[in-house]
Amino acid sequence: MKTSRTTLRTRGGLSFRLDPRALTVVALLLLIALAASIALIGTGDFSIPPGDVLRTLLEGGDARQEFIVTELRLPRVLVGLLVGGSLGLAGALFQSISRNPLGSPDVLGLGQGSTAGALVVIVLFSGGATQVALGALVGGLVTGLAIYLLAWKQGVHGYRLVLVGIGVSAVVTAVNGYLLTKADIVDATRAVVWMTGSLNGRDWEQVRPLLALWAVLVPLVLGQSRALRVTEMGDDVAYALGVRVERVRLLLMVSAVLLTAGATAAAGPVGFVALTAPQLARRTILPRRRGSAGAAPLGPHLMTSMVMGATLLVVADWASQQLFGADQLPVGVVTGVLGGGYLLWLLVTERRAGRI
Amino acid sequence: MLVDSPPEPRVDTAPAPPNRRALRALGLLVSVALLVLVALAGIAVGARELPLGQVWHGLFHDSGTYADVVVHDRLSRTVLGLLAGTALGLSGAVLQALTRNPLADPGLLGINAGASAAVVTAITYLGVTSLSGYVWFAFLGAALVGALVWLLGGSRGATPVRLALAGMAISAALYGYLQAVMIMDGAALDRMRFWTVGSLASATDTTIRQVLPFFVVGTVLALALARPLNAMAMGDDTARALGAHLNRTRALSMAAATLLCGAATAACGPIVFVGLMVPHAVRSFTGPDLRWILPYAAVLSPVLLLGADIVGRVVARPAEVQVGIVTAVIGGPVFLFLVRRRRTARL
Repeated sequence: MKTSRTTLRTRGGLSFRLDPRALTVVALLLLIALAASIALIGTGDFSIPPGDVLRTLLEGGDARQEFIVTELRLPRVLVGLLVGGSLGLAGALFQSISRNPLGSPDVLGLGQGSTAGALVVIVLFSGGATQVALGALVGGLVTGLAIYLLAWKQGVHGYRLVLVGIGVSAVVTAVNGYLLTKADIVDATRAVVWMTGSLNGRDWEQVRPLLALWAVLVPLVLGQSRALRVTEMGDDVAYALGVRVERVRLLLMVSAVLLTAGATAAAGPVGFVALTAPQLARRTILPRRRGSAGAAPLGPHLMTSMVMGATLLVVADWASQQLFGADQLPVGVVTGVLGGGYLLWLLVTERRAGRI
Repeated sequence: MLVDSPPEPRVDTAPAPPNRRALRALGLLVSVALLVLVALAGIAVGARELPLGQVWHGLFHDSGTYADVVVHDRLSRTVLGLLAGTALGLSGAVLQALTRNPLADPGLLGINAGASAAVVTAITYLGVTSLSGYVWFAFLGAALVGALVWLLGGSRGATPVRLALAGMAISAALYGYLQAVMIMDGAALDRMRFWTVGSLASATDTTIRQVLPFFVVGTVLALALARPLNAMAMGDDTARALGAHLNRTRALSMAAATLLCGAATAACGPIVFVGLMVPHAVRSFTGPDLRWILPYAAVLSPVLLLGADIVGRVVARPAEVQVGIVTAVIGGPVFLFLVRRRRTARL
């Protein structure tokens, strides 16, 4: 495969590989994300022109604008960026570990697990937003642990991980359905809105824990990116090249589960971002190769997937505000519809290439 | 790449020795007796227990007393459970044979989700409220998704993972749509949240009468497909050499599975894992011959479904846990066990 990579070497023997194409894509995506964020901050019942938004953010504006921007809308956009980034990164990790372009946290049942945790809090304890987030976090982590343990059999293999995830997800879905029938209609509506994934009314309370999570996990995960790429060549090759496969896999799976659970706790299980972001990232970075059936590597483009996820979610949120009016439909509906269409296309093309 | 070796045909076409056949026939008789027992228990057990004598009285000398009304009520529920159980078990067995995939199940392949999405569309946008109206939509949804999964999951060289993923992905997309509709329409949410868990509680004589023709046609079709599906288990080339019509068999199998599963879903809502578990359990003592698997599955699946229904009625008395939830909670571990078994993963 020919990509235009260059290597930077320093005198001291350190070297970095640079991929200009990937860097360009990341820069472009960041620009789009920034533009969408500014547009999103300006949208709402009280609309603010983009110039004013920028000025308020950089040097402060009049009191009213400042309150709306920094207290109401900026945290929402930040939550969107952080959640989208987490989901994109987690999706890339899971797809690489399961060696399957469909092996995303939504398909593996992590979203369902978080939902179960949140539903327990909403339905049985009528808890507030913070408790719901906590419930979702616990639910996601427990489900992730359960899937890992159940798929463990002298190591975790891709296909077993996916199938175990599907099985667990079917059971948890049934439990969720049961909890939903036990709720009164007000709680049920609240639960369904939460289950769709929404950024409405998110504030600094959600930003801080997500930032803390990122500070720990993102450097850790990006540091393992080389090991992950080697692991994709197959366990034996990876062992021979000095990668402790099972340890790397465990570390990255725990990180991915934490990222997913954290993101879900903050915004609900926003569908399809984790599935689509890594795929889109891969497609924009790799030059298209025709007729390449078989074992094309998935390539964990972690950084790109993360930025792609953040961009996708913010753009989807902006689109849902434009299409349906402010705070009418949660962002999860838009990502669901877009993701569903993309998924069908993916299934058709990947099937033709024999990769799924 | 995924582990992906061609399935090993293990059908013994040689006629079984007479004593083995007698044993299988005897087993089938025992299964039928078991079914009768469970059905009677299904009428007797509930928020209020009825003695068997009372059940007998209600069934054959209905005099309109309170107990007789209860018996009649539970009778419709039991009959529906019987029909739906048979339908799910047969469609599971047919799908597993057709896809040569041990993990095929109408729920996991997304057929239930297709029916649900079609039903919610009918309720919300087309104002359909009666079962006779939305049974057609359930069929339409089931058939569309069945065809889609079949196309995407790949008719040739389909691995368990690919089919399960195709079904799961389609289910995920359709459930997203369901949620969007339910957020916008509170009335639809109120109706759908009880429908989507899968329950026998809403059974009435009318329901049964409406779906009965589909059950009958589907059952006859499925049982008639035993021989051609047996031939297909040997691989496409051998099957062709044996004189099987591949495409016709495939189309008829999909039709039978869709009819059965669509009717069951329309009448009781989506129920997962029954179609997965029973054919597996049955295969362990009948061997791979579908001429035995199908009748056994048809008799034992309702035993499981009615049994799960009874459990659901007893555990949370006087409230109930819907049967779909009980089957999922029982079926999940069975599914995981199958996944962890080595041969399954390799098939």
